[in-house]
Amino acid sequence: MLSLERVTKVYRLGAFGLQKLIAVRDVSFEIGEREIVSLIGESGSGKSTIGKLILRLTPITSGMIRFEGTDVSTLSGPSLKEYYRRVQGVFQDPFASFNPIFKADRVFRMVRDEFYPQVGMREWNEKVEGALRAVGLNPPDVLNKFPHQLSGGQLQRFLVARALLLDIRLLIADEIISMLDASTRVDVLNLLADLKARGLSILFITHDLSLGYYISDRAVILYRGRIAEMGPTEKVYHRPLHPYTEMLMESVPRLDRKWEEEVRMEREGGLAGPTGDGCVYAARCPKVMDICTREEPELKEAEAGHFVACWAK
Amino acid sequence: MLQVENLTVYYKTIRGYVRALEGATFTIADGEIMGLAGESGCGKTTLGHSLIYLRPPMNYIGGRVVLDGQELPIWDMEKMQEFRYRHVSLIPQYAMNALNPTRKIGRMIAELLESRGMNYDEVLPELKRRLDLVQLSHDVLKMYPIELSGGMKQRTVMVVSTLLNPSLLIADEITSALDVSTQKAVCEMLVEFRDRGFVKSTIIITHDISILYQIADSILVMYAGQLSEKAPTETIFQDARHPYTRMLIGSLPKVGVRYQEERLLGIPGSPPQLLNPPEGCRFRDRCPVAFDRCTEVPPFREISPGHSVACWRAF
Repeated sequence: MLSLERVTKVYRLGAFGLQKLIAVRDVSFEIGEREIVSLIGESGSGKSTIGKLILRLTPITSGMIRFEGTDVSTLSGPSLKEYYRRVQGVFQDPFASFNPIFKADRVFRMVRDEFYPQVGMREWNEKVEGALRAVGLNPPDVLNKFPHQLSGGQLQRFLVARALLLDIRLLIADEIISMLDASTRVDVLNLLADLKARGLSILFITHDLSLGYYISDRAVILYRGRIAEMGPTEKVYHRPLHPYTEMLMESVPRLDRKWEEEVRMEREGGLAGPTGDGCVYAARCPKVMDICTREEPELKEAEAGHFVACWAK
Repeated sequence: MLQVENLTVYYKTIRGYVRALEGATFTIADGEIMGLAGESGCGKTTLGHSLIYLRPPMNYIGGRVVLDGQELPIWDMEKMQEFRYRHVSLIPQYAMNALNPTRKIGRMIAELLESRGMNYDEVLPELKRRLDLVQLSHDVLKMYPIELSGGMKQRTVMVVSTLLNPSLLIADEITSALDVSTQKAVCEMLVEFRDRGFVKSTIIITHDISILYQIADSILVMYAGQLSEKAPTETIFQDARHPYTRMLIGSLPKVGVRYQEERLLGIPGSPPQLLNPPEGCRFRDRCPVAFDRCTEVPPFREISPGHSVACWRAF
């Protein structure tokens, strides 16, 4: 459905844009029909940039993103609008997504004005209520209220309902859980599972490994703009192949096992982005070899559907 | 040892008091690392901060805080100055930004010690030993904060906060902005500081319960300004008695659980607002086992050694 082919994004920084920051480099992966793919990475891994590139919120530097066969960067005017009918995003901070001066349900009216001006008010209101029920909200409880009168979880569902009003096929969910309280988080996660059952595909961007495990079919592990490893979720979690993934699995605080006493000390590495020479993880990798600092490893299939970019494998 | 009795702290607003912390009673033993957990707005930060820095709009309403047998004058900002840093110390939430950017680290520490009537040169050997312990070069003392990486700043702040061997250390959400590898290192430092006797009791305030599962000896769960349950970490996970604790733990996704096999459930509803909170147990509107008695505030009572709970159903 959606495919990324050697996608690269370079941000220009500094007064005259003289410094370059390679946020994402040569990233290729696909999202299939009715598939939830989690994109997992720490801060600075480029995971949100990938979401923005797919949503065309920032231009791509090189490579190509295809949605159902069409190069997304060629879209403009009516065809771009058609794209947004199919692909929508929901972001981390629900409060920042609403204008506090207006009532929260204004987002629905804006969708109608923009995409469905021909639909009658009555029919539209029914559609809105249907979408709200689909995300587990009771319409009378949440309509006609200001953003501050609703909880973070409710606002986040509002935004998903807004996306459902369009004929969306793909939802980009960028850290949509992280600002919610623990007791309401899992409900929003379950909502994503329900949407998948309704035929949607979801790119679930997160830094939290356990959330990715709970919800996704496939997992993509990013490290400093590069894919370190990707594959079916259970394989990536239970048999990680990349030393970075191994480190993540060992250090993330989990509820199913305690940290091991013996810490495999990770080496301190610089914070520079990928330079082009060698593996981006080489500076911190405990298994570093000569070749790692000279040549960059390509993403290779180690077993069916399970890819890793590491010379040691 | 820290003893807190009936500590009540409200926030003063134009519309009245926000009852952020109500009648908190608990103790922390020497050498105990206690996790303070709860959702946003439950009063965990209010509780932590009121033990060291109770300032407006926080209002002291009542209660006693006794540290090593001596009562802390928490209601008096000036008198508390004598205890702050020496006996009670805090690692702030954004510890990485807590350093004065215009001072070299060494000079900043010297000024801090002087303000407590201590001599930098006398403390220096111990300071260097502790820098070694957290694998920081002594050169950081001659550097400006901007020259250090985020992880190095975090470690520096942790060394400085515990330099005078405080009896109580309060760590406020110190792991939330960190990458996983740094997060683990910071947690292990807290344990190390305790093991070496640099601090006696530690309170770790966090919304991330999986961190507490890793390092806390005991966990205190709060809900809407009231204490719900305190127990050894294993008990909280295996044998919690408060419905809120159980539902909260049950709602957390863990590696090994996928929605296709085990669909986790959240807690329906939302916490009450604390301006005019309902009488009785504040969880009762969301509680599946609430009954008549719950309109009365349940006492926070010990039901077995080290395990206290505030729920009528548990007694």
